[in-house]
Amino acid sequence: MMFPERHSRNNIEPSSDFYLPAFFIAVLFAINLSPVPFMAVRAAEIPLAQRQSGFELMQAETQAMQRNDLSNPAMLWVREGEKLWDEKPGENGQSCVACHGVVTGMAGVAASYPTLDTASGRPIDLTGRIQQCRTDRQRASAWPRESRALLAMASLIGLQSRGMPIMPAPDPISKAGAARGKALFNQRVGQLNLSCAQCHDDNWGRKLGSATIPQGHPTGYPIYRLEWQGVGSLQRRLRNCLAGVRAEAFPFGADALIDLELFLMERAAGMTVETPAVRP
Amino acid sequence: MASALIDAPKTAKRGEIITLRALVSHQMETGYRREISGAVIPRLIIHTFTCHYDGEEIFRADLFPAMAANPLIAFTTVATRSEPLVFRWLDDAGVAITETVQLVVTA
Repeated sequence: MMFPERHSRNNIEPSSDFYLPAFFIAVLFAINLSPVPFMAVRAAEIPLAQRQSGFELMQAETQAMQRNDLSNPAMLWVREGEKLWDEKPGENGQSCVACHGVVTGMAGVAASYPTLDTASGRPIDLTGRIQQCRTDRQRASAWPRESRALLAMASLIGLQSRGMPIMPAPDPISKAGAARGKALFNQRVGQLNLSCAQCHDDNWGRKLGSATIPQGHPTGYPIYRLEWQGVGSLQRRLRNCLAGVRAEAFPFGADALIDLELFLMERAAGMTVETPAVRP
Repeated sequence: MASALIDAPKTAKRGEIITLRALVSHQMETGYRREISGAVIPRLIIHTFTCHYDGEEIFRADLFPAMAANPLIAFTTVATRSEPLVFRWLDDAGVAITETVQLVVTA
């Protein structure tokens, strides 16, 4: 398929209305007497020059695991995805390969998901699109969220975009979703009363327990996480974080999670896709 | 759906020490975990891994429940003849996963 030209990083301007809210939030912090002193002043969004993948924060051994496709366990899922690509699961005997051709033709696809689903007029993530293909076009049953087969297919499609820049969907509906996602990212939630931004914008590179806080860019999903001993989706990661701040996690496939995904892709625009990544 | 990935050189000089890395897909269920109902999830791990080369067993490992899922085993051997390297994993359910790679040895 045609792959659109890379965005210039200069095109991604920081929001002009940023400084006023930052001041406002700082005042709120002062009033609230935040229990965590180092968070008292809200830092800025991460400057483009300082953006980095969580890969940079990993130990050399874990980095080596990701670099070598024969030691990256996520490649086991990719292999399964390759088999599924040729399978005919539904009653109409349609395989992925019958419509899409060889899977290398999916290069660049995962780099711009979530995107607008024209049929429903709503943003859809890659997982949702795979499910849509299965139910509508293959007349097969949808795979359960986080099932091995679904993650295998998403890993295989994601791998085709490896090395390409993240290209957030440009349509107004996806942009509106990203704006809602940005609001969610900055909203304090849960019993710990923390927002995503407080860790991933303000305190990345510092420690949370023994773990280094990454900037939270979705460059490598689905990822093989050593802690999970398996492959998981970005939505699993987001639900993990929500549970971590003692908030009620949105269910898989919820609009809020897709909005967050849209915002994270916008925030990571131009960064390189690493799928399938390894993380600790 | 079992599958394995082998990282081995395709060619080696006779007498050269080569590194072999074998990664296999397996849940390595420890037998110590429980379902929400309290029932023990039965142990299902790979308990034996072997590698044969030129008619000989050149490597064997016994694995235990503390091993992580999808174990990666790396070891070395000396290249002697152009023979296949046969990797074999055997689990508690009696399922054997076998993977073979051909090694070409040059003088």
